[in-house]
Amino acid sequence: MGIISSGFRGRRSENAALPPGQHETQDFPVLTAGPAPLIPVEEWEFFITAEDGQRLTWTWDEFMALPQEEITQDIHCVTSWSKLGTVWRGVSVDTLFEKVETTRDFATAHSFGGYTTNVPLWDLLGGKAWVAWEFGHEPLERAHGGPARLLVPHLYFWKSAKWIHGLELTDDDVPGFWESNGYHLHGNPWREERYS
Amino acid sequence: MGIISTAIPGVRSDTREAFAVSSVWRVAEVVGGELENATARTIRLRVDGLMGYLAGQHIDIRLTADDGYTAIRSYSVASASADEHLEITVDELPDGEVSPYLVRDLAVGDRLEIRGPVGGWFVWRNGNANPVQLIGGGSGVVPLMSMIRAHQASNSVAPFRLLYSLKAPDAALYRDELHRLDQDSAKLMVDYVYTRSTPDGWPAAPGRLTSESLLGRIFPTEENPDVFVCGQTVFVETVADWLVMAGYRPESIKTERFGGTGGIR
Repeated sequence: MGIISSGFRGRRSENAALPPGQHETQDFPVLTAGPAPLIPVEEWEFFITAEDGQRLTWTWDEFMALPQEEITQDIHCVTSWSKLGTVWRGVSVDTLFEKVETTRDFATAHSFGGYTTNVPLWDLLGGKAWVAWEFGHEPLERAHGGPARLLVPHLYFWKSAKWIHGLELTDDDVPGFWESNGYHLHGNPWREERYS
Repeated sequence: MGIISTAIPGVRSDTREAFAVSSVWRVAEVVGGELENATARTIRLRVDGLMGYLAGQHIDIRLTADDGYTAIRSYSVASASADEHLEITVDELPDGEVSPYLVRDLAVGDRLEIRGPVGGWFVWRNGNANPVQLIGGGSGVVPLMSMIRAHQASNSVAPFRLLYSLKAPDAALYRDELHRLDQDSAKLMVDYVYTRSTPDGWPAAPGRLTSESLLGRIFPTEENPDVFVCGQTVFVETVADWLVMAGYRPESIKTERFGGTGGIR
């Protein structure tokens, strides 16, 4: 136990869905490093690159023709808020990887606007990650990453890259943007992997 | 406007050093505190072994109740110094869990736990000659004040300009210090936008910041400023969009949200 602040009561939450050090919010705060890019869906594409020059791409219409899933998940921000039971719609990363042949273990997610974040492939596959374009039954707002963002809800939310453009598969775990700016390489909220 | 695709520069070695002790909890002692206005308080902490920090970084504070319950929140550092002291400014949220305790109850001599300072993106580093445009809404001025103080204490000749949007004169943070620097320092110019009430004799009526009133009070695009924007979410998103539409390069604009749930990132 740490230093006791006598007189501090706090607001108890018995919610087992909250990882350590997190508190629940009803808001949906916006997290940004810079201006939100504007990406018309006509100019949007999603790519996956892997070894041997593989490059798969989807236009918006091709992406929307893929099987869509409704996703209900808790999300956890490294700044200590969590939002429980959020509802999304999008395409499972498993679906996008159906035609990818790779022995690579890691991915760098690239966003329109230049943001990057690194995620191990095993955190993206197996029903754990999506490319989401709807939040709360509404099209994803630009401020929240629209037209589409990566959704990796079991990791801190900076891994769920807004304005997602594609996934570059890599042999090594290469630090992305926040990971090069003091944040943890992996970001598991249940182990409090916040900072490097 | 088409797709914006820009490279984001990598981290520099000085931030790596500043992160070396960032992930451990350390004990901080409250050595001072003063009210900035009716709801905000600056708290001065002494942290054993603090190795300095970058202007614009934040710390996490962990409070522990007597039954072991803990709560953690992030607060921007307001001060700029290389010794074992740092200051945060906390604005009390009416329904907040942590901020009312920090503003109303925490006393000199109390101890609490901090982690950090952390963050290597929304920071100002001496060494770049570009003008620096700071744009703060409400308590979003806190990390900008750290940059102003670091700049004042440095040999940097880069001109700084602050645009400070606030509700009313009595809502200001660091009012006397900003006034004095605006008058006395050739390195800083301060502009105010009052959204609800103005000082007596103020030349403009109170009103929300607009694209026009913003662009008339900041370094123009030709001067190629580095821009830091901090405030509530809507303020930050709106200002950043206006800047991009006016021709400021997206990669020159760094943003940070502040307040609300106490989160910054």
